[in-house]
Amino acid sequence: MKKYKHSEITPEPIYNKRRKFIKSIGLGVGSISLSSIPFLNNAYSQNKTELTSYEDITNYNNYYEFGTAKKDPFKNSQEFKTKPWNVTIEGEVDTPITLSAEEIISLFPSDERVYKLRCVEGWSMVIPWMGFSLSKLLNKVSIKNTAKFVEFESVYDPEQMKGQRYPVLNWPYKEGLRIDEAMHPIATVVTGLYGKKLPNQNGAPLRIFVPWKYGFKSAKAIVKIKLVKNMPTSSWMRSSPREYGFYSNVNPNVSHPRWSQATERVIGGSILSPRIETEMFNGYGDEVANLYSGMDLKKNF
Amino acid sequence: MQKYIKIPIFFFCLLPILIIFYQIGFNQLGPEPVKEITQATGIWTLRFIIITLAMTPLKKFTKLNFWIGYRRMFGLFVFFYASAHMMIYVGIDYRFDWSSIVDGIFKKKFIFVGFLAWLLLVPLALTSSKRMIRVLRDKWKKLHKLIYLISLLGIIHFLWLVKVITAEPLIYLVIIIILLMFRFKMKLN
Repeated sequence: MKKYKHSEITPEPIYNKRRKFIKSIGLGVGSISLSSIPFLNNAYSQNKTELTSYEDITNYNNYYEFGTAKKDPFKNSQEFKTKPWNVTIEGEVDTPITLSAEEIISLFPSDERVYKLRCVEGWSMVIPWMGFSLSKLLNKVSIKNTAKFVEFESVYDPEQMKGQRYPVLNWPYKEGLRIDEAMHPIATVVTGLYGKKLPNQNGAPLRIFVPWKYGFKSAKAIVKIKLVKNMPTSSWMRSSPREYGFYSNVNPNVSHPRWSQATERVIGGSILSPRIETEMFNGYGDEVANLYSGMDLKKNF
Repeated sequence: MQKYIKIPIFFFCLLPILIIFYQIGFNQLGPEPVKEITQATGIWTLRFIIITLAMTPLKKFTKLNFWIGYRRMFGLFVFFYASAHMMIYVGIDYRFDWSSIVDGIFKKKFIFVGFLAWLLLVPLALTSSKRMIRVLRDKWKKLHKLIYLISLLGIIHFLWLVKVITAEPLIYLVIIIILLMFRFKMKLN
């Protein structure tokens, strides 16, 4: 299990106890929220990976709603209004609900979740998100048996989001997960960053984060969560079905048709920093590999 | 007179790489410095290709010969920036990990056309001197027509590597096609 160092926060004895605790409660998918376990999300170091700087995380973004250059989201989202903001949970549920972003943030306490983000382009960051398990939000409604997938829809507002005036992608941005993926404890609803409110360019007010998949799977500025019967078609799948699949699990053995996924560059490194080898499931194999046992991950890319 | 103008123009052509060195030294390349300098050298290769291709049409339009006097210098800068671009990729990005590099060349089409374009520039650079023009004569003309293929490979390399096609690569595509059409039209006349 890969976790990341956050200065001196995690004392050794607590880290050591953590693994024992998980084993003893027999952690099952969605059965317990990780955030209820004290100190769980504080990290220990692995290799030499350290937190990406706040400056890099908030100035180097792929958020095409605000423009396609890496600096565009920071430049163009400063005036973006994140209040009032509602998120609906609908579809194959007994009673659809609508919650405001504020309600969601107060109903489900967030704690720090340090996760690695691996972009499909071949770069990565280590980000101290603030958030809670998506399963908590999903369990607020009664989900029917017919629901097999979860579809996410991001906000559509070409007035405020210049990039949406161009058909770079199909708007609004849509993403999806299989229901067991969505219910996994590390699938996160992100509410903040570095202990502070989530900046606009990182997907404020609420975004999803799925650490074992390529970054584009982690939809930003969500307004709708829909439980559905059939596999949703994400915006990137629609844009280029040969290149972007539904699962998009980080996998060094399955290359993008046009470039390799075997290595990645860590953001914030100097010109002399070497590439690092990409890890299966972005290093979260211990947590999620079982979701895909028996699946051909080349076919289901 | 013209020789004296050539010297400042030569230094202007060096400016992009000098700016890159400055940015490296003063840490102005942002969070992905290797990608920045790879892209900068790549884009200048394309720009010098366009400048080089524009020389003969400009001569025909203005009916002045001096443009041709600059064509070789600009052409050599194409090779210079293409080589810098290639060496950054091989030496700094992939740090001479030959198995990754060779794997990329043969498995990824954008890398393949990029390398092919550079490879084809080599004989052009080697035969750029006045002596070579004299020695090769007709063969020189035929050999240097490769620049048309190279320019197409260059823009295809660009189009095949971007995640989404934005205005920038399309603008270069249009300019290069226009320049190639001029040469083709001129040849027909």
